[in-house]
Amino acid sequence: MTIALETQNLEKQFGGLRVTRDLSLKIEQGARHALIGPNGAGKTTVINQLTGVLKPNSGRILLEGQDITDLPVHKRVLRGLSRTFQINQLYPDLTPLETIGLAVSERLGHGGDWWRRMGTRSDVNGEIADLLTRFHLLDVMNEQTVTLPYGKQRLLEIAVAIAGKPRVLLLDEPAAGVPESERHDILAVVGSLPRDVTVLLIEHDMDLVFSFADRISVLVSGALLTEGPPEQVARDPQVKAVYLGEEAVNV
Amino acid sequence: MSASSDVGYHAQRQARWHYGEAAFWLIVLACGFVFPTRYLIMTDILRLALFAMSLDLILGYAGIVSLGHAAFFGVGAYAAGLLALHGIINEPVLALVVAGLVAMVLGFATSFLVIRGVDLTRLMVTLGIALLLEALAERFSNITGGTDGLQGIEMQPIFGEIPFDMFGKTGFFYSLAVLFLLFLFARRVVHSPFGLSLRAIKNNPLRAAAIGIPVNRRLIAIYTLAAFYAGIAGALFTQTTAIASLDVFAFERSADLMLVLVIGGTGYLYGGLVGAVLFRMLQELFSTITPQYWQFWIGLVLVVIVLVGRQRLHRWVLYVPNLVIRQIAGRKAVVAVPESDA
Repeated sequence: MTIALETQNLEKQFGGLRVTRDLSLKIEQGARHALIGPNGAGKTTVINQLTGVLKPNSGRILLEGQDITDLPVHKRVLRGLSRTFQINQLYPDLTPLETIGLAVSERLGHGGDWWRRMGTRSDVNGEIADLLTRFHLLDVMNEQTVTLPYGKQRLLEIAVAIAGKPRVLLLDEPAAGVPESERHDILAVVGSLPRDVTVLLIEHDMDLVFSFADRISVLVSGALLTEGPPEQVARDPQVKAVYLGEEAVNV
Repeated sequence: MSASSDVGYHAQRQARWHYGEAAFWLIVLACGFVFPTRYLIMTDILRLALFAMSLDLILGYAGIVSLGHAAFFGVGAYAAGLLALHGIINEPVLALVVAGLVAMVLGFATSFLVIRGVDLTRLMVTLGIALLLEALAERFSNITGGTDGLQGIEMQPIFGEIPFDMFGKTGFFYSLAVLFLLFLFARRVVHSPFGLSLRAIKNNPLRAAAIGIPVNRRLIAIYTLAAFYAGIAGALFTQTTAIASLDVFAFERSADLMLVLVIGGTGYLYGGLVGAVLFRMLQELFSTITPQYWQFWIGLVLVVIVLVGRQRLHRWVLYVPNLVIRQIAGRKAVVAVPESDA
């Protein structure tokens, strides 16, 4: 089995607070891997280190065997590691057409092209049209993103990540905040991601996790609590304690 | 593949020329023939427009604020002055380009300082650089003429053929040609993937990096280009007025430029042009009414613009022209309202 994404003894501290503790994860090629954990477990901090927004204090990150620990964000993207954001990070003024067009252009190396007009490359146009269709965005492609309904924005969020043709995709709570009526589209899109793309899903919604993932890692206070296939994790008394404990506090 | 060609069509929507734009430039050109006694003020407006377009490139597209854009204007102005004064390059067009390139080098060098911080840092850094250059120009008076400025500049004919005349006719058409060419170039650039990526960076730098855009490199590139534009504007100033003095670096010049863009709007290239016309006209109007307190009225206008919102003002002002255009051409908008200023 090849390993698509790996962390080795990852360690991150904010001041005296250890938010990632000696975390070693291995995510196999083509896996549907979920990273779960109660609020404040440090899931987003892990994502931010994987994508390069935050630098770990120590430890290494390997993408397909290559050390990417010191690469800046945009270079990791070009190597095939994309992400979506828990809270939409889109361009409010740009249209879905422009947003996706930009991501496709960057991947094909036309992003720095300052003379040729946008929309004059048929390969880019074809890919944009394809993505807009797949993500049900064709009818709103000329609307400003800020005016789109939340569910559409969520779809765009995922479409932008897919436009980078990632080999490893990090989905940070893809269904967060989406109203029930629009959830179906999101789940369908997540479910239909190409099999050769390795997916790491960070999610709160246990229904989504257990219907989607073939392997689950549980993160508690920045450290790995347990890891295994869904059935095993579901039965794990430690995991139950963590989640029940959280429930008890919430009540 | 109808969806694909559809996408291509819509992607080029903004890059296509509108009737209103052609009308705009024809009117500007016509001004050169209709008001033959007003060449000096009109040339002044063209320079300001070019200078404002330069700031629009970094502010309106890339979201870089600057209070020291006069630094590049000043360097271009002195470079053009020195080239002409010492007879290094006598041909004005070539000298203009060289002066622009000098400003461009400075822009590239200082861009590394500017892209670092956030807005407030950028304001301070750009302001600081302009002040620094002003002080340097004053200190090295043996080169710059100090507070007296460069004097005795004599401009040679353009291409060795067209001499500058005392009424400023040559200067006006020369400036207009330069402005139009640089406008065409800027228009091309902002509708390219590069230009689009700048807007993405302005909207959301975090996400821009997350789709593979090298944010810093793009910002350096546009800042350098904007410096070239500002340098050209400065060089035009020297070439059409035959003087270069310390006030080319003045803080007021940078600050006025912000006002021009507040009036005209950012992020659609015409903001600087429209803003320059309105700004100078308001300035003229108020200074004829109250020579001493015209700044009060400019200030009042600004407050109104910011409070009412430019988008709404645009809609009012353009209501009639748009109505006419829609009747004739069946399409809307003389000048598009900038999207980012809702």
